[in-house]
Amino acid sequence: MSGSKTTGSSGGPPEGSGVDYSGLALNLCGLVAGIAIWWVLTAGGAVGLPPPPQVASRFADLIANGQLATDIMSSLARVLTGFLLGVILAIPVGFVMGWYKVARSLIEPYLQFFRMIPPLAIIPLAIVTMGIDETPKIFVIFLASFLASVVATYQGVISVDKTMINAARVLGAGDLTIFLRVIIPASTPFILVGVRIGLGSAWATLVAAELIAAQTGLGFRMQQAQLYYDLPTIFVSLITIGILGLAMDRILLVIERRLTVWQERV
Amino acid sequence: MPPKIVPKIVFDNVTRRFDLKDNAFIALDRLSLDIADGEFVTVVGPSGCGKSTALNIAAGLLKPSEGTVLVDGKAVEGPGPERGMIFQQYALFPWLTVRQNVEFGLRIKGEGAARRRQIAERFIDLVGLGDFADALPKTLSGGMKQRCAIARAYAVDPSILLMDEPFGALDALTRVQLQDQLLDTWSRERRTVMFITHDVDEAVYLANRVIVMAARPGRLKEIIEVGLPYPRTEEIRLSAAFMSIRNRVWQAVYHQ
Ligand SMILES: Nc1ncnc2c1ncn2[C@@H]1O[C@H](COP(=O)(O)OP(=O)(O)O)[C@@H](O)[C@H]1O
Ligand SMILES: [Mg+2]
Repeated sequence: MSGSKTTGSSGGPPEGSGVDYSGLALNLCGLVAGIAIWWVLTAGGAVGLPPPPQVASRFADLIANGQLATDIMSSLARVLTGFLLGVILAIPVGFVMGWYKVARSLIEPYLQFFRMIPPLAIIPLAIVTMGIDETPKIFVIFLASFLASVVATYQGVISVDKTMINAARVLGAGDLTIFLRVIIPASTPFILVGVRIGLGSAWATLVAAELIAAQTGLGFRMQQAQLYYDLPTIFVSLITIGILGLAMDRILLVIERRLTVWQERV
Repeated sequence: MPPKIVPKIVFDNVTRRFDLKDNAFIALDRLSLDIADGEFVTVVGPSGCGKSTALNIAAGLLKPSEGTVLVDGKAVEGPGPERGMIFQQYALFPWLTVRQNVEFGLRIKGEGAARRRQIAERFIDLVGLGDFADALPKTLSGGMKQRCAIARAYAVDPSILLMDEPFGALDALTRVQLQDQLLDTWSRERRTVMFITHDVDEAVYLANRVIVMAARPGRLKEIIEVGLPYPRTEEIRLSAAFMSIRNRVWQAVYHQ
């Protein structure tokens, strides 16, 4: 799983302003300790796992021969395409569901149903109906991010403070103004949370999809490595997947913070 | 022939029911009340007696089940810019600065940027938020938020202010300050004010008349003329005359 949980902030000082250096130092200590333990455990070959130097040198090889870059590129291209399509469709659909009760009642059963199906379970159907090229993978990512974002968007719309809407009304706002100037900004924090969850689930789904059906990508590389008992490559892939997932999540978190500076945080 | 005096706001036999599962619940039962132009009326009563319901009907946010509310002789069909409203929870738009909040209604009115800014400036200064014009609401205290909400309502120049427990969430000191500021503005600009409160002292201090309501069903119980002169001062607040009216209102509210 990619890191979509909030890390580092729990148990820290209540005010999150400024950089928390002692926390950062502890994070680093933990990291070093982890690698040390890994090293110690694997040094004698006792656990059957590759020690850090071996993984590091495989990292260097895969970077040098360009294979890592190719894999990253094809995985990222898939996840971003599917993710963007999913979010772009989810936001209007979520708004319509939040705004019109009829639309909500019509669409909600489908959402609840598809949410219960792990996106990966759609893969066989997608491959049969869409062929084995990029389409089924992108479709599955699309579905994963769409479902996460649409629910967040419409929850955001229906939880907009009624008093705020009334305040706009008595100032003369009509439905369109209320929608554009109240509903959209007020639900932005919800939408962004949904988008972040969507990206996390898209990334997780993608890697798994590549394990099943792909000729490129980080998941595919791992699957190949498994055939040859190539543990260092599996490690390289896992670490890359984790780092990329974390990086994307952090980027969205920064965007989220930027767009919602007005929120009272307690 | 002398001109016929039309009350500013008329509640004419206003009833409001809410349909619950098994029975219709009467939140407001045949309220009839005239409020004169420029009058300051406060409404007190136990919680759930239909104060907010009555105010929301006058604001046009809620439809009466029966009866009508007339403003300037015309039936209320929906919200209108001549009726400004202030809520207990401020209801500021948290993503907008103080200035942008105050300009919100002006923008809807279609005022140009320069004029918007000029009007907003005036009301922001009036409520004493000049130094905070570009601050976000989250950085303001409760009292400052409510002053911003008041400036936002004033900016569209309503002739009526409908206020639903506007100072209810504030500490006692801030409340007294805002009461005096409100009276000060009111005595200069003479808007008609309908002000809900659960604080008997506040009701008496502000009003020409105190409307006392009773619950189950929500209804008018008694109208008490305050009859104290304006400007209301600390001296008045501590006077025997104030005390005796306050006691009358208290009796009406708590011994129903
Ligand atoms: N939308 C609603 N649906 C059902 N009951 C409501 C609704 N709004 C208000 N009520 C009920 O109507 C009564 C009067 O409410 P309200 O006017 O808010 O009272 P007050 O402001 O005097 O405390 C209360 O008992 C309340 O529960
Ligand atoms: Mg109320």
